Amino acid sequence: MAKYLLRTFAIAYLFLLVAWPVSLVVTHTFANGFDALHAIFTNADLLSALRLSAIAAFIATVINTVFGVSVSLLLVRTRFPGQRILGALLDLPLSVSPIVVGLALVLVYGPLNGWFGPALEAQGIHVIYATLGIVLATSFVSLPLVIREVVPVLREVGDDQEQAARSLGANEWQTFWRITLPSIRWAVVYGVVLTLARSLGEFGAVKVVSGNVSGETRTAPLAVEEAYLNFNQEGAYALAFVLASVSVICIAIVAVLRHRSGKVHS
Amino acid sequence: MTTRELRTSGLSRTSGVGLGITMLWFSLLVLIPLIAVLVTASEGGWANFVRTVTNEQTAHAIKLTLAGAVAVTVINVFTGTVIAWVLVRDRFPGKALLEFVIDIPFALPTIVAGLVLLSLYGIDSPLGINVANTEASVFLAFLFVTLPFVVRMVQPVLEELDLDVEEAAASLGASRATTFRRIVLPSLAPAIFAGAALSFARGVGEYGSLVLLSGNLPFKSEVASVRILSAIENDNTEGAAAVAAVLLVISLLVIVVLDAIQRKVAQRG
Repeated sequence: MAKYLLRTFAIAYLFLLVAWPVSLVVTHTFANGFDALHAIFTNADLLSALRLSAIAAFIATVINTVFGVSVSLLLVRTRFPGQRILGALLDLPLSVSPIVVGLALVLVYGPLNGWFGPALEAQGIHVIYATLGIVLATSFVSLPLVIREVVPVLREVGDDQEQAARSLGANEWQTFWRITLPSIRWAVVYGVVLTLARSLGEFGAVKVVSGNVSGETRTAPLAVEEAYLNFNQEGAYALAFVLASVSVICIAIVAVLRHRSGKVHS
Repeated sequence: MTTRELRTSGLSRTSGVGLGITMLWFSLLVLIPLIAVLVTASEGGWANFVRTVTNEQTAHAIKLTLAGAVAVTVINVFTGTVIAWVLVRDRFPGKALLEFVIDIPFALPTIVAGLVLLSLYGIDSPLGINVANTEASVFLAFLFVTLPFVVRMVQPVLEELDLDVEEAAASLGASRATTFRRIVLPSLAPAIFAGAALSFARGVGEYGSLVLLSGNLPFKSEVASVRILSAIENDNTEGAAAVAAVLLVISLLVIVVLDAIQRKVAQRG
């Protein structure tokens, strides 16, 4: 009896909080068939917003993947002073408000009063109100996702095989490419997909650093807000649908891969 | 010191260079900017800082944010544990779909999350429930974005739990409630607590999902992040940094708590 009560509760809660609201975005988008979606892909400003989001998310994901794998290796396979503090600090981006992230970047890279901003500006490097700032904000918020996937797997597989490879004469590079990377590849894939989903949708931090100029520094999530506030509800829903589809596809990929690898969790 | 530690002590040249580059990037991207927030907040002196964060409108926003985050965290401790329990111990058709739905709030862009909630709980609500531009909307948005944290922390621990111990307790005459309270709950407690800490931190810093939903009305539905943003837009960097410093200190405390829980579990493990 208790079992059915709990089951009903869980289903009802998730239906009312997530499933039903999300499904409404789909019905709103297709209220007039494909018109709303068609309108997005023929609007130059919205297309450029989507393109900017895709570029920033791609660069941030590449950076965070290289950074994440390196840091994971350093945390698990080496010892150095301050390691524990670093491990804890790496989780900070998950708990800091996106608005605080944006402000923090402006304080350091702002073109007029930032700590480094004016010097960079003198070199012709624009950070805030430019693509670079959007990339930095996006990298910041999605920084720990690869690390959180890779570290537990690295711990679990241990370093016996790496030791064996090295004793057989493999150098560090060979050991990494032939032994370590294959053993953590799924964790890296999950991390990459989650990072991509998170990067594509970042709103608050990007809003602060981007300047939100249509056709130049306005990303897709910013364009959703703009469309909604300008009473273009249909456009807002359609663009939201495009973004939601990408993130839902991302988590579906992770779910299927996890299921296939026989583990629900890494 | 174990042999493992001996083996891995001392950095090779590659690791040393790697550590240098990654630390430089982490400092430029995360540490220095966050320190800049604290430094800027302190520049005006303590009295100024206190005056900024106790400004009537700001204080109301901070209180609303904290109250909302605490309330949502308490609810998540309960619902998150129940959902994790259903996912691990129950079997029914469509369970995989439930599993999938839980991750949606984590991957969905926050601005889309706001729009999504608005379509069921806004002015055109098919349910006739309209929370747009009220305090309740803040609460609802927090509830949505923090949904996965407790579930995803508790679920793997519950999966690892040994059923034998529970069966032994039951065979010795313990009721199901007693078994849960005395056997299951103590093992789940660290995971529940860690999930609660993450969901609290997420709630405190939430912004994107509120933009369209809450209307950001001063003294009503305005949260701390919105106060920071309006200060930035008014070129009041110091004021923005002061409120941001409050949120940042909360984030740091959460990180410290999480680290302590992880240590404790590792020691026990």
